[in-house]
Amino acid sequence: MNILKSLADRDRVFDFLVPVASPVDVRHGPILYLEDVSVSFDGFKAINDLNLTIDDGELRCIIGPNGAGKTTMMDIITGKTRPDTGQVWFGSRHDLLTLNEPQIASLGIGRKFQKPTVFEALSVFENLELAMAADKRILPTLTARLTGEIRDRIEEVLATIGLTELRYGPAGILSHGQKQWLEIGMLLMQRPRLLLVDEPVAGMTEQEMERTAELLTGLAGKGKQSVVIVEHDMGFVRSIARTVTVLHQGSVLAEGSMDKVSSDPRVVEVYLGADPDVEAA
Amino acid sequence: MWLTRPLRERSTQLFLGILLAALALVTLLNLTLPAAHPLHVSTYTVTLLGKYLSYALLAVAVDLVWGYLGILSLGHGAFFALGGYAMGMYLMRQIGDRGTYGDPVLPDFMVFLNWDSLPWYWLGFDMPWFAFLMVLLAPGLLALVFGFLAFRSRVTGVYLSIITQAMTFALMLAFFRNEMGFGGNNGLTDFKELLGFDLRSDATRLGLFIATGIALALGYVVCRAIVASKLGRVSVACRDAEARTRFLGYRVERFQLFVFVVSAMLAGVAGALYVPQVGIINPSEFSPIFSIEVVLWVALGGRATLYGAVIGALLVNYAKTVFTGVMPDAWLFALGGLFVLVTVFLPKGIAGLLDLRIKRRSATSDSTPATGEATA
Repeated sequence: MNILKSLADRDRVFDFLVPVASPVDVRHGPILYLEDVSVSFDGFKAINDLNLTIDDGELRCIIGPNGAGKTTMMDIITGKTRPDTGQVWFGSRHDLLTLNEPQIASLGIGRKFQKPTVFEALSVFENLELAMAADKRILPTLTARLTGEIRDRIEEVLATIGLTELRYGPAGILSHGQKQWLEIGMLLMQRPRLLLVDEPVAGMTEQEMERTAELLTGLAGKGKQSVVIVEHDMGFVRSIARTVTVLHQGSVLAEGSMDKVSSDPRVVEVYLGADPDVEAA
Repeated sequence: MWLTRPLRERSTQLFLGILLAALALVTLLNLTLPAAHPLHVSTYTVTLLGKYLSYALLAVAVDLVWGYLGILSLGHGAFFALGGYAMGMYLMRQIGDRGTYGDPVLPDFMVFLNWDSLPWYWLGFDMPWFAFLMVLLAPGLLALVFGFLAFRSRVTGVYLSIITQAMTFALMLAFFRNEMGFGGNNGLTDFKELLGFDLRSDATRLGLFIATGIALALGYVVCRAIVASKLGRVSVACRDAEARTRFLGYRVERFQLFVFVVSAMLAGVAGALYVPQVGIINPSEFSPIFSIEVVLWVALGGRATLYGAVIGALLVNYAKTVFTGVMPDAWLFALGGLFVLVTVFLPKGIAGLLDLRIKRRSATSDSTPATGEATA
């Protein structure tokens, strides 16, 4: 009887009636919302009551000492790890905990891993082509044509990542920094709403770092992408961050502008060490 | 259409041009010149060339999976042999009552084994359309089942090579058994005619040679079309960074399965054209050594080029014919030596040498992007 009654309820929208691929709802502001998330591995609490809100179009840097739970947090958002408790919402419509990795990716959450992996035998252009959001089944892929629209989209991303000149060369000859940009470009081809970027400037030269900072700040914006960056390099974080979140032992220790955060005595203690001079390094 | 796309590529046009010109030339030299003329191509040679061309098609099939998908199949001889057996069964049924024992339905070996009726899996092979369908379906189905199990469990690299080798070896042992109903050790032979044409006549032999050449041309175009499509680029992506491709949202195992099945079918067609030209099919075609030899042809010719596979198959088999005629014992040493030389001095095979030439020449002229051709 109860089942029949609940089916007859008109004020309720059943979860399974909402298509997974429906666009993300950001009318209420945040694009990503984590509440009281905890996860432990063999008794070790990697994430402990984590609360985090990322606004639509925001550029957010997340810093924290090793083992603070940065990578685990990324794993939870992308569906690789399931939290023990808590809620993770993408916009106000999608409960990420009910979706698997490919579904989350197709919703528009792109993740860039630390080590760049591009297809070295293919050209830069072809790398972007393969990354593009498209029907990825066999026959559509076999008969796919490079339409003018697709071409324009690829050219647009090529210009954004600054590899227009190198587009027909194999990706294998790119420098480390250029490969990182190509990876970011491959993420952009999927038209993500939220970009998760893990240590984008590790191993980069000073100029490459500057170029990456420009690229990432240019990406974030209302109606464009929201960008979450996990980074160790404090100089880099200082140069791009509007808001910084400091993680420590699986929860948020401090949040705010770089100046505010770096003057917080607790942050100085756990992250920058007792000696404030290290901060500059 | 994606299938005709390669016809607009310079390299494919060149390949097809050379192949068709060679076919026409051999036909002309065979038909018009008197037998005593020094340039006359004898029917024996024509049949030999036809055999090489069927090997070349097999090599193209292997190059498709090895060169572009990174799957080193050491069992493609099995697909070749299955296609050959399907054709052989049809040819056996065509013998009718002209066999030694004169039985109107049963092939000679079944009469000899005292069988009184055809096994169920021989039914239908008297109809050419059914037999030719089986040429594609039998290898395709084996590849589908085998590939589904292997790729789903993410078996790749050396392990996959080893199980493909085991697959062809197991099939060889099975086909050796008389109870299997495929003629056991002796296989199928004593063929009379194909589609009503006498297999011993010169005209039929020339026709088979031309048919094999056309099959090679078509097979090449199909492979080239796959390679030049977006699916081909996904294959290369699977070859070089499988996990990354999966992360982009492609179901890697399905792409591997698709290309593997297409390749197996091409190998089956090659086998079906091989059998009427050599006049016999027996379990030795399943032998692991043969499959490894095919991989050697591709390696010598140049992997991941398709035309390299053709060059390799033709060259090695020509050398084999010459060597086994002059000094039969030295052939395996010569093959081994050739392989060592090519790996040391020409890591990209003979095609690598050609590529270098072309690149050097076009380096000065304006370089058109490869992807530009795929646009239209």
